[in-house]
Amino acid sequence: MLKTLKRVFSYARPYIGYFVLTVLFAVLGVSLSLAVPIFIGRAVDCCICKGMVDYDELKKIVAELAVIVAASTLFQWLMSLCTNKLSFLTVRDLRSDVFNKLERVPIKYIDSRTKGELTSRVINDIEIVSDGLLQGFTQFFSGIITIIGTLIFMMTINIRIALVVVLMTPLSFIAASCITKAAHDSYMKQSKLRGDMVGLAEECAGNQKLVKAFVYGERAEERFAEINREYGKVGLKATFFSSMTNPTTRFVNGLIYAAVGVMGSLGAIGYSSFIGKMSVGKLSSFLAYSNQYTKPFNEISGVIAELQNAVASAGRVFDLLDEEEVPDDSDKEQLTSCTGELRFSHVNFSYDPEVKLIQDFSLDVKAGERVAIVGPTGCGKSTIINLLLRFYDVESGSISINGKDISDITRDSLRSCFGMVLQETWVFTGTVAENIAYGAPEASREQIIAAAKAVHAHGFIKRLPDGYDTVISENSGLSQGQKQLICIARIMLMDPPILILDEATSSIDLRTEQRVQRAFAKLMEGRTSFVIAHRLSTIKNCDVILVMKQGNIIEQGSHEELMKNKGFYSELYNSQFAS
Amino acid sequence: MKKLLKYLKNYKKELVFGPFFKLLEAIFELMVPMVMAKMIDKGIAGNDSGYIFKMTGLIVLLGICGLGFALTCQYLAARCAYGFGTELREALFSHINKLSYSGIDRIGTSSLVNRLTNDTMTVQNGVNMFIRLAVRAPFLVIGAATMAVMIDVKLSLVFFVAAPLISFVIFVIMRKTVPMYKRTQKNLDRAAMLTRENLEGTRVIRAFSRQQEEIDEFREAVDEIADSSIAVGKISAILNPVAFMVMNLGIAAIIWFGGVRIDNGRLTQGELTAFTNYMTQILLALVVLANLIVIFTKAFAAAARINEIFDIAPEESGDIEAPVSEDRHFIEFQNVSFTYETAGDCSVRDVTLSVGKGQTLGIIGATGSGKTTLANLIPCYYRATQGEVRVGGVSVNDWELDSLRQVVGYVPQRAVLFSGTVRENMQWRKPGASDEEIISALRTAQAWEFVSKLPNGLDTLVSQGGKNFSGGQKQRLSIARALVGRPDILILDDSTSALDYATDLAFRKALRAEMAGTTVIMISQRTTSLMEADSIIVMDEGETAGIGTHEELVESCPVYREIYISQMNSKEAGANA
Repeated sequence: MLKTLKRVFSYARPYIGYFVLTVLFAVLGVSLSLAVPIFIGRAVDCCICKGMVDYDELKKIVAELAVIVAASTLFQWLMSLCTNKLSFLTVRDLRSDVFNKLERVPIKYIDSRTKGELTSRVINDIEIVSDGLLQGFTQFFSGIITIIGTLIFMMTINIRIALVVVLMTPLSFIAASCITKAAHDSYMKQSKLRGDMVGLAEECAGNQKLVKAFVYGERAEERFAEINREYGKVGLKATFFSSMTNPTTRFVNGLIYAAVGVMGSLGAIGYSSFIGKMSVGKLSSFLAYSNQYTKPFNEISGVIAELQNAVASAGRVFDLLDEEEVPDDSDKEQLTSCTGELRFSHVNFSYDPEVKLIQDFSLDVKAGERVAIVGPTGCGKSTIINLLLRFYDVESGSISINGKDISDITRDSLRSCFGMVLQETWVFTGTVAENIAYGAPEASREQIIAAAKAVHAHGFIKRLPDGYDTVISENSGLSQGQKQLICIARIMLMDPPILILDEATSSIDLRTEQRVQRAFAKLMEGRTSFVIAHRLSTIKNCDVILVMKQGNIIEQGSHEELMKNKGFYSELYNSQFAS
Repeated sequence: MKKLLKYLKNYKKELVFGPFFKLLEAIFELMVPMVMAKMIDKGIAGNDSGYIFKMTGLIVLLGICGLGFALTCQYLAARCAYGFGTELREALFSHINKLSYSGIDRIGTSSLVNRLTNDTMTVQNGVNMFIRLAVRAPFLVIGAATMAVMIDVKLSLVFFVAAPLISFVIFVIMRKTVPMYKRTQKNLDRAAMLTRENLEGTRVIRAFSRQQEEIDEFREAVDEIADSSIAVGKISAILNPVAFMVMNLGIAAIIWFGGVRIDNGRLTQGELTAFTNYMTQILLALVVLANLIVIFTKAFAAAARINEIFDIAPEESGDIEAPVSEDRHFIEFQNVSFTYETAGDCSVRDVTLSVGKGQTLGIIGATGSGKTTLANLIPCYYRATQGEVRVGGVSVNDWELDSLRQVVGYVPQRAVLFSGTVRENMQWRKPGASDEEIISALRTAQAWEFVSKLPNGLDTLVSQGGKNFSGGQKQRLSIARALVGRPDILILDDSTSALDYATDLAFRKALRAEMAGTTVIMISQRTTSLMEADSIIVMDEGETAGIGTHEELVESCPVYREIYISQMNSKEAGANA
C-alpha cells in the first residue's frame, strides 16, 4: 500500500510546487476559518445586555472577522485550484505513460487480455486514482488540520472542557466503525447481486430476440425476479445501515454539544472550580467548535474507504506499467532494401509450452512467389504471420529476409517491408482519406484516390456524404466489405515488397467479395505474398500451399502435387463441392 | 416520473411517515439552539445550576428522540425505495419480454439493458433521497428562518439577504459547470475510444510502425481532459469558499446589528448565539438542497427513459394454439411485403411461396437482399405489413405467438450462448429435455464430438457470451440448441459460416437423416449448400428473383446463374460436373 502511494506521488513530483502550495493554503485557510468562532465569541462578549455593549471593541472585532473570513475564503479557493492542477496534471502524465506502455508491451500481453479490461485500466482505474488518491488526500489532510486546529483552539479557551471533548471522541469512532462493519457484509452481497443482475439483464434483454424466439421469456422473468427480489432485500439492508452513519454521528455530536454546554454554563456561573471561569462569548465559540468537531471524522472515514479503492486501482495500473517490454532494437541494423526473398529454417514455436505448435518448419520463398496457408478454423494459420512480423519470436531456428536473420534487424524496418490486410478489418475514427493514408501520412490526395481506384473502392467512397472527407469509425455503417476495401487501399498506397492477406470473406456478399478478390489480385501483382485462405477457390494458382491442421504443417506443395497426394488437402478441396 | 408513481402505491405508508419522522427530527434539531439559549440566558444569568442540568438533560433527550426519528425515517425511506425499485424492475423486465422485435429495435438492446439496470437504480436512489431530504432541507431553511423571525424580526432580515444570495451563487455555479462537466466526460469518452481502437489495431499499428503518432494523438486527448477538468475545477472550486464567506459575513452582520439590538434591550446574549447557530444550519441545508437538485434531475431523466419503454405497446397475439394441420402448404406466403419501421423502403416486396411439411426451402441472395427478414416473418418475429403468412394453414396473426414459436427452432446468424451449463443452454427450447434428446441434437449438429471430450461434459459451465468456446464450437452449439425437441420448422440463418466445408457437409447429411419430418428454411450465400433443397428462393433487393430447384434456377433465373457461375468459376466447375 505504502509502495503504491509512494509511486503515485512520484508522478506528482514535477508538480511539487502545487503540492507545497496546497499544503500551505490548506493550513492557512483552515486555521483562519477555525479562528472565526473565537472572534464570534469575543464579539458576543462585547454585547452583554441592555446598555452594556462595547461598540468600539465590537466594531474592531467585526472588522477583523470580515478580514479573516475574506482571507480564509481566498486561501480555500486557492487550495482547491492547486489541488485541481496537481491531481489533473499528475493523472494526465500517468495516463499518457500507461498508453505509451501499451505500445511497447509484446503483442502476447495484449492478446491474452480483453480489450475492455485494458481500456478500463487506462480510463476508469486512473479516474478512480484521481478521485480517491489525490483529491482524497487533500480532503484527508485538511480534515486532520481541522481536527488538530479545533482541539488547539478549544484548549486555548478551556483545557479541561477540551479534554472532556477528546475523551468523548472515541464514541464517534466506535459508532462509525460498528455501522461500517454491519454495512460491509450487506454491501459486498449487494454489489455481487448487482453484478449478477446486470449480467442476467445483459444476457436476456441484450439477446431479447433470441429469448422471444425460444419462448424463454417466462423462465427469464422467473430468474430475474429471483435475483431482483434478493437484491431488493439486501439493498434495503445495506442502504439502511449506511444511512445510519449520519444520524448517529449527529447524535454523538449532540452529546458532545450538550456536554460542552453544561460544563461551559457551570463554568460561567462558577459552579465548579474544576472547570474554571468562562464567559458566555467563550462558551458560544466553544459550542461552535464542538459543532464542527466531529464532521471531519465523518469525512475522513469516507475518504479512507475511497483511498483503499484507489490504491487497488493504482495497483492494477502499476501492474501494467511493470509488464516486460519489447526490447529496444534501435541499435540494430536497418533493412534498407528488400526484394521479397524469405527463408524459414527449422523453426519451432508454440504459444503454450505444453502444446507443441510449429515444429521444425522450413520453407524457401523466392521473390515474387505466392504462398497460401490453408486449414480448418483455429488451426494456427495466423501464427506464421505472427512470426514473420515478429509479433511473436521463434523459439529456435530462424527466419531470414534477403539473407538477413530477422532478429538482427530493427522491427520497424522489417515491418515496413510488409503490407498486411487482416481478417479483422481495422478502421479508426477519422476521415476515409486519413484511414487510407495511415501508412503514408504525407501522401497527396491524388495518390490516395489513385490507390482507392486501383482496388475498386473509389466508387463507393465517392457516394459517401462527404466523399474522402467522410468521418468513419468501426460502427459508422460501412459494410464489412467496404471496410476491407479501405484496408486494402491502405496497403496499395504503401507499395510494400511483401504482402500478407488474411482473406476473410465469409461475411461479405458475393458482389463485394468479387471486388475484394479483384483488389487482392491487383495488389499481388509482382510481389511476394502470403495468403491465408478460407476458401480454397482462390489459391490454386499459388506457388506453394501450406496445409495446416491443429498447429502443424501437415502438407506442403503446389495444388497439383497436393491433389496427387490424396491427403488432407485433396479431401478438403473435394468436400467443398460435395453436398 | 408520473407514470412510475403507481409502483409506489404499496408504499404509501412509508411515503407519508418517512418524511413525517424526518420532520420531527428536524424540529427537534431546531429546538436545541433555543434550549441552549435559554440555558445561557436563564441558567447563567440566574446562576441556576439546577436549571442548567435540567436543560442539558432536555438537550440529550431531544438528541435521543431525534436519533430515533431519523433512524425510523431512514429505514422507511430505504424500504420504500427498494420496494419501489424491485417492483419497477420486475414490471419493466416483463414488459420488455412482451415487446415485439420492432419495439426492441426502436430502443436498441444495449440501451434496454442500461435502462433496466442503471436507470431504475437512479430512480430508486431518487426516491430514497426524496424521502430523506426533500422535506428536511427546505424545512430546515424555513424553520431556521421562522425561529429567527420569532426571536427578532428585524435582525432576521440578514437571513433574507444571505439565503437568497447563497442560493443564487449555487444556481449560477451549477448552471455554468453542468455543461462543462459534460464536455469533460466527452473528452474522457474520446480517450477511451482511442484506447479501444488502438488495442484493436495493435497489429496494424505496429506493422506500420505508427506507435509514436498514436502516442502523440493520445497525449493530445489527455491534455484536453486535463484542460477541461482544470477549467471546470476553477469554477466549481468557488462554491464552498463563497458559501463559507457569505455565511460568516452574515454572522458578522448579525453580531454587529445584534449588538445594537442588545444595547436597546430587544435581544439577549443567548438569543444572539442561537441566531448565529441558525445561520449555519441554513447554509448547510442549502448545500444539501443543491445536491438534491442534481440527484432529482438525474432521476427524472432516468424516469423519462424508462417511460419510453413502457410507452411501447406489447406485441399483439392471436389465440389459436393447435391449428388444423396443413401438410402440403405447411408454410405459405401470399403477396407478402414488409417494411421496417425505421426504413422508408420495403425490405421484402410481394413474395408468394409455399413449402410442404418436411421439405427444405433455400434462401439465397446478396447481403441486404432481405433473406433474414423473409425468414423472420415465419415465426412472426416481425409482422408482414402487407399480405399474409400462414403456418399450418393458419395466418400467423391468429396464432398464439408462444405456441407458434415453440414449433420453430431458430439458429441466428451470430451464435450466442448463455451463462449456465451446456445442458441448461440445450434446454432453452424444451425445458426439461432429457440427456438423450440433448446428445442426439448435439450429434446432429456435429457438436457431440467436442462436448463429450469436455472434462465435465454437459455440465461444463458456459461463461457469459460463451467466451470459453471457439466461434465454430459456439455455432454448432447454437444449432444443437434449436434442434432439441425436434421442432416442426427449423430456420438456419447462414448458421454455418464458421464451419469448414467438411463439417458443414457432415451436418447437412445428419440433418437430412435425423430430422426428416422437419421443414427446414436454410439461408446461405453458397449455392453448394442449397443444391439439395426442394426449392430455392432467390432474393434480389427484397424481391423474388426466382423460385425453383437448383436445376430449374440455373436454367431460368439469371441472378441465380450469375451467383452459381461466379462461385463455380472461381472454384472448379469440373469438380462439380
